[in-house]
Amino acid sequence: MDYFDILISILGSAIRLSIPLLFTALAGLFSERAGIFDIGLEGKMLASAFAAACVAHLTADPWLGLSAGIAVSILVSLVHGFASITNRGNQIVSGVALNFVAAGLTVVLGQAWFGQGGRTPQVPAQGRFSPIILPGADEIRSVPFIGPLYANVISGNNILTYIAFLMVPLSWWVLYRTRFGLRLRAVGENPGAVDTAGVSVAWLRYRALIVTGFLAGFAGTYLAIAQSAAFISNMSAGKGYIALAALIFAKWKPVPVMFACLLFGFLDAFANFMQGKSVPLIGEVPVQIFQALPYILTCVLLAGFIGTARPPRAGGVPYTKER
Amino acid sequence: MSTASVQLPRWINYGAIPLINLVLAFVCSGLVVWAIGESPWEALQLLVAGALGRGEGIGFTLFYTTSFIFTGLSVAVAIHAGLFNIGSEGQAYLGGLGAALVALSLDRYVPWYVTMPFAIIGAALFGAACAAVPAWLQAKRGSHIVITTIMFNFITSSLMNYVLVHLLIVPGKMAPETRTFLPGGQLPKLDWLIAMFGGKLGAAPLNVSFLIALVMCFLVWVLIWRTKLGYEMRTLGISPSAAAYAGIPYAKIVMITMLISGGLAGMMALNPVMGASGRLQIEFVGGAGFVGIAVSLMGRNHPAGIVLSALLFGILYQGGAELSFDMPSITRDMIVVIQGLVILFAGALEYMLRPAIVRLYQQVAGGR
Repeated sequence: MDYFDILISILGSAIRLSIPLLFTALAGLFSERAGIFDIGLEGKMLASAFAAACVAHLTADPWLGLSAGIAVSILVSLVHGFASITNRGNQIVSGVALNFVAAGLTVVLGQAWFGQGGRTPQVPAQGRFSPIILPGADEIRSVPFIGPLYANVISGNNILTYIAFLMVPLSWWVLYRTRFGLRLRAVGENPGAVDTAGVSVAWLRYRALIVTGFLAGFAGTYLAIAQSAAFISNMSAGKGYIALAALIFAKWKPVPVMFACLLFGFLDAFANFMQGKSVPLIGEVPVQIFQALPYILTCVLLAGFIGTARPPRAGGVPYTKER
Repeated sequence: MSTASVQLPRWINYGAIPLINLVLAFVCSGLVVWAIGESPWEALQLLVAGALGRGEGIGFTLFYTTSFIFTGLSVAVAIHAGLFNIGSEGQAYLGGLGAALVALSLDRYVPWYVTMPFAIIGAALFGAACAAVPAWLQAKRGSHIVITTIMFNFITSSLMNYVLVHLLIVPGKMAPETRTFLPGGQLPKLDWLIAMFGGKLGAAPLNVSFLIALVMCFLVWVLIWRTKLGYEMRTLGISPSAAAYAGIPYAKIVMITMLISGGLAGMMALNPVMGASGRLQIEFVGGAGFVGIAVSLMGRNHPAGIVLSALLFGILYQGGAELSFDMPSITRDMIVVIQGLVILFAGALEYMLRPAIVRLYQQVAGGR
């Protein structure tokens, strides 16, 4: 096979693999910039994947599936808020707990409702988000370089993929060009100042968590009814943590988040491609290296060897109004 | 006056509040069982009978308890110094490699009681090694320990995957695991302990590492409350600025604490690897590292509390397995739900009921 064809196929699969990361990392961006650590991204993804698969199976409507996914994800987010904002609990503990509840409950309910060992039944074709062929894709496929790139990488994705990339400038605009975004960033740096200005810290943080739930709902839905056609137990398989790594790798900024997710998606796709293949001079490269690379890169970044990653100052600290 | 500053007696702080939170977690779990259409009461009876009914059940319960004591201690030691070690899972996984390498190299030549001390050291060293990098990053570069330990869980998982699939696998076999250790590399079962109470251990893998775990509980208690190092760790945990003012070296204490924490997590591997299966298997930790978080939180980071809460989770794991046999509509994953709810109520929502309890206490105690 031609090297260019290989590159096109890896790029196409990299895009598909990076979409759930992108939604989830943007979700984490909103809560972390508001000063709430969110280890529970993984759980939100799983819970929304389960909800989306159930509803899409029952109604054969992907948009209802998406709404269910978003609703459940926001619900999980609000529990996180109740524990970490209202009750000033430890945000990390709460996130870990919700990950467990989501991982267990999806399988328990799935088994009780459908009896297929935690799987949901197959979602019918019209209940899924199917690939969209952009206009002109077939016509220019034969044009060298641009043709295959347009036809196989840019075109042929489902609607959620395009929404994901739209969310990047939208998130940037909300965070950096709106009053809500300014206050949200302020509450993650210095909640006391926001409180003094007469803005409720708790309500602002709750709203940030609702946005987080909203975006994470897309990620779960993508996994369940766009990438595959059913919910499988633990189908997020650590993607929530990779997204968290991407968020840190991007230093909590929306546009770099997109590039970090694309990079990690590319590594994943490249690992799949390299499975069982050998490289001249080196021999077979273990795929485990590619699997571990996102985490290693993030640690190297955190160590301060590639610039400095400075988290929001008030992250992880519950806000107490008065002593 | 805010209720946060009111002092409550110890029995309320360390007894009543955790107990009420635990009950809440179980009530929620019962609601899930009820929603599925089974009787929560019957499920509870089956669970307790499965865990404590026969000698074999008790053996399995204590086997799980052993693993959870190690990981619970690991989390607790770190928490005392104000560090949240989420990496016990990965540290235990790498610890398994240390234990297995010792067992593989010594089991032909010496009996188990000679192998055991080296295996303990091997497991602890490898576990500590896995914690060393996150510890260094926290101590010297200020990287958040929670994030780096999460990253290291995944890095360790990939590393062990490689080691088992490419290096330690028995040639010609499909399963990525080492050869079975000879008796010289296995920890003997504790038949006599169960027999003392008139039971039969049967196939249950309860082994000598249970006793090692109890010894470690005592040593951790000595370390935290009876040594200078423990005092420095607790000072750092309560107030980093006070610790700095008192001349306690931050980087050194963070490093030592995390190495001890990683070592304790690594020792957990003795139980499944050398005590139960007699070989190193892929993903043998199976979430015990994360259960350690729940165990430590429930046990209020005290070794005595950790033994009790590890026992509770041992009962849940063994009883939950039996329960899923008797009630097929409830899968083993119900344990994961209960575990999550316990962490949620005992950990993240621990202050939820405190104001109400303070008011109740003030009324009963005459009020101030």
